[in-house]
Amino acid sequence: MTGETLIFEFLIPVLKIIAVILYPMLMVIVMIWLERRVVAWIQGRVGPNRVGFQGVLQPIADAFKLFFKEDIIQKNADKFLFNIAPVLVMFSSLLAFCFVPLGESFKIGTYTLNLWIAASPVGLLLVLGLSSVGVFGIIFGGWASNSKYPLMGALRSVVQILSYEIPIGLTVLTVVFFSRSIDLIEIVNHQFHAKIWFGFMLPVSFLVFWISGIAETNRAPFDLPEAESELVAGYHTEYSGMKFAFFYIAEYAHMVLVSSLVVILFFGGWLPPFPNVAFLSFLRWIPGFIWYLIKIMFFLYLYVWLRATLPRYRFDVLIKLVWKWLIPLSLINLLAVAFIQYIL
Amino acid sequence: MLEELTDVPALNKAYRSLEEIFGDFLLGVSFEKKELSVRIKSDGLLSILRHLKSALGFNALNDIIGLDNLRSKAEGAKRFSLLYQLYAFPGFVRLRLVLDVDENEPVPSAAPVFQSANWAEREIFDMFGIRFSGHPDLRRIYMPEEYEGHPLRKDFPLEGRSDGV
Amino acid sequence: MKDTRCARIFPWKGGAMAFKEIELNMGPQHPSTHGVLRLKLRVDNEVVLGIEPVIGYLHRGMEKLWESLTYTQIVPLTDRLDYLAAVSNNFAFVLAVEKLMGLEIPQRGQYIRVILAELQRLASHLAGVGFMANDVGAMSVLLYSFEIREDILDIFESYAGGRLTIHGIRLGGVPFDLDGEIIAMIWKALADIPRKVRDIEGLLNENRIWKHRTEGVGIISADQALDYGLTGPALRASGISWDMRKDIPYSSYQDFAFDVPVRSGSDVNDRYLVRMEEIRQSIRIVTQALDRLPPGEFQAQVPRSPKIPPGEVFHSIEAPKGELGFYIKSNGTDKPERVKMKSPSFINLQSLELMSKGNLFSDVVGILGSLDIVLGEIDK
Repeated sequence: MTGETLIFEFLIPVLKIIAVILYPMLMVIVMIWLERRVVAWIQGRVGPNRVGFQGVLQPIADAFKLFFKEDIIQKNADKFLFNIAPVLVMFSSLLAFCFVPLGESFKIGTYTLNLWIAASPVGLLLVLGLSSVGVFGIIFGGWASNSKYPLMGALRSVVQILSYEIPIGLTVLTVVFFSRSIDLIEIVNHQFHAKIWFGFMLPVSFLVFWISGIAETNRAPFDLPEAESELVAGYHTEYSGMKFAFFYIAEYAHMVLVSSLVVILFFGGWLPPFPNVAFLSFLRWIPGFIWYLIKIMFFLYLYVWLRATLPRYRFDVLIKLVWKWLIPLSLINLLAVAFIQYIL
Repeated sequence: MLEELTDVPALNKAYRSLEEIFGDFLLGVSFEKKELSVRIKSDGLLSILRHLKSALGFNALNDIIGLDNLRSKAEGAKRFSLLYQLYAFPGFVRLRLVLDVDENEPVPSAAPVFQSANWAEREIFDMFGIRFSGHPDLRRIYMPEEYEGHPLRKDFPLEGRSDGV
Repeated sequence: MKDTRCARIFPWKGGAMAFKEIELNMGPQHPSTHGVLRLKLRVDNEVVLGIEPVIGYLHRGMEKLWESLTYTQIVPLTDRLDYLAAVSNNFAFVLAVEKLMGLEIPQRGQYIRVILAELQRLASHLAGVGFMANDVGAMSVLLYSFEIREDILDIFESYAGGRLTIHGIRLGGVPFDLDGEIIAMIWKALADIPRKVRDIEGLLNENRIWKHRTEGVGIISADQALDYGLTGPALRASGISWDMRKDIPYSSYQDFAFDVPVRSGSDVNDRYLVRMEEIRQSIRIVTQALDRLPPGEFQAQVPRSPKIPPGEVFHSIEAPKGELGFYIKSNGTDKPERVKMKSPSFINLQSLELMSKGNLFSDVVGILGSLDIVLGEIDK
């Protein structure tokens, strides 16, 4: 094996794999800090600002604390399922990041550095499918806890996630109509060639996808399954220590994943804005993945903003919302887009 | 004094009506500090309450108050008193019914007439030990279920008992 | 009434996976209940079949204790009953004792009492609305309402030295006079509060999610409400215009012009709206009282430990949570023979079961929040 092969075919992929684990983790750490500071700011408080400069080391302190907590398992809990549940949820959130591209390819000498692990021609399907595997983790967690509150929380959560998958699928189809491909990289390239982002071409799709994405991640205003005031903490009530940390991290990683999908599908991924405006061409000097990060941060901020402002939807209203409003709306949207595409 | 009762026509009307219909159940009346207090026999309680509620407009039972007259009662008098504080809305007048009860004498429960009597009677049972017959769910409300003793009785020590209960 | 058909979310019946009639337990420690309250719920899938509140976790034996204290010593202890509206407890007890003594309070003292009581009503309703919004999910509203409450607590601190349990109304009048500095603070607060309250209303009143959660939920009819002894904003939201300040006025309330907000929907949203309107009416009363504050004495002459000749009295006032009453029986000494407190939250809590039957399990917290109970008052 030559030195070249060693580097290009072994070392760099391994580094990339490490990066794909670290990238969501880093984003999660940033999210934890961002959420607590932004929610505090909206509520007229300060939020954590003691640990490190402006509190940036707070998530590390939290992780430390959770690491040292006692791992409690109930007597009658199903041990195998109880232990595997957080792993499943984490696994599904992180694995999907393998197929999410972060930016354009770089040319370093003769080698093209791709800012993704695997460029699959069915990337979109893989990402959506893998992120749904997390549902198993939730069911196992709720059932194995052997307690009524987690069980009810898990059931609600599962119904919510499964129902909201449908509008996601339908709206993604409208994007695919235009991009003619379910390769995520191709979708962004198509937006580059079309000089317009799908979010502006298909606003209804974007809105439905965004709302369903919030519901997928069990975030406010759809966070009834883990509402503090009603079910204590839903399906992760009985978890403590590192297992709870896994659920926590997995939820944030899922949020980052959904934000990434929204940005890639509807907001041009790593493309700079205003490509047609001549005097803003300096924006193209900022590298792609910086734009990508800026856009993702915007959507993550939106997540936090909604959490701090809106009350919670009650469960039956939540389900009514998806089955009576979002699904018919996305079906009509699909038909309309197909029709417009046909006549254009 | 009773003569001043005519100054409050609503109360006067109520008292005259009670006197007329339930005269043999009335044991005494007083009108001090503009509050009418009518002492009645326990067997007349429910019919008097119903009459006050339906015919005289006393549709709110504010509270049922228990008294332990252990140290202040006369010889041979009953130990406990129950006070039913009623209020007429609208009408804006208050009326008090007084019932004297002995230690183990059951009293008819007012819960069928006024739902608000439910917990008030549970509290009196808990604190004084007076039983109410016909109460849907007579259990202790403040003290733990297995507690023995009735704390608001005058012979119950203020500091509690040393047996740790 | 609610569309409970939507509640049949899990349609399978029979077998090991059936969820008929689970008994769930909320509390006594729980992030949402307003004190140590335990609720035993019987739930069928999501629909509530019955609730049994279990209380007594905060029972301190106040009534027994009061029988061994003098009247003056009892007054600061009444603060601890409804600790979110301490001044109203003082007010009720002191008025009952003064009725028993036959004591007249000078006009200025009465007006200052009204000012303190109405400011306390403002603070209590803000806390109640904040907690209710927090239970339903709008966390920020809790913090906004507590920020407004800070203005009022600062006034109390300047006046009597305490923020929560201030012992602000005492036998014979009020402990201190309202000097220029405190009056300026009150005027400033009255100018700021309506604007901040409009912020909260902007977040909640027309919010679709709030309306979904609160309209049609926790309904109790007017007749049932009277029968169950419900009082306070919950009763006024059921269409009954019961307000002791208007019905049997005490402490010169008859001198002030104010409205009693009444709504007929009797659901959680109506109770919330009644409380918000009462906040505005309280501001109105305090403005009038400050404008017309008469000069003169603010305290009547009362012996340090009054001996009250034998007698009995029952007197009630309109506290923020409902009708708060005290029955006092005196025996000629300086200690009462019996003091009984008619606690509004104790009686209001009885109607929780009736209001929640047939509603969904998630609504129970909202209904409990709209009743605005305080365990200190329930458990004495």
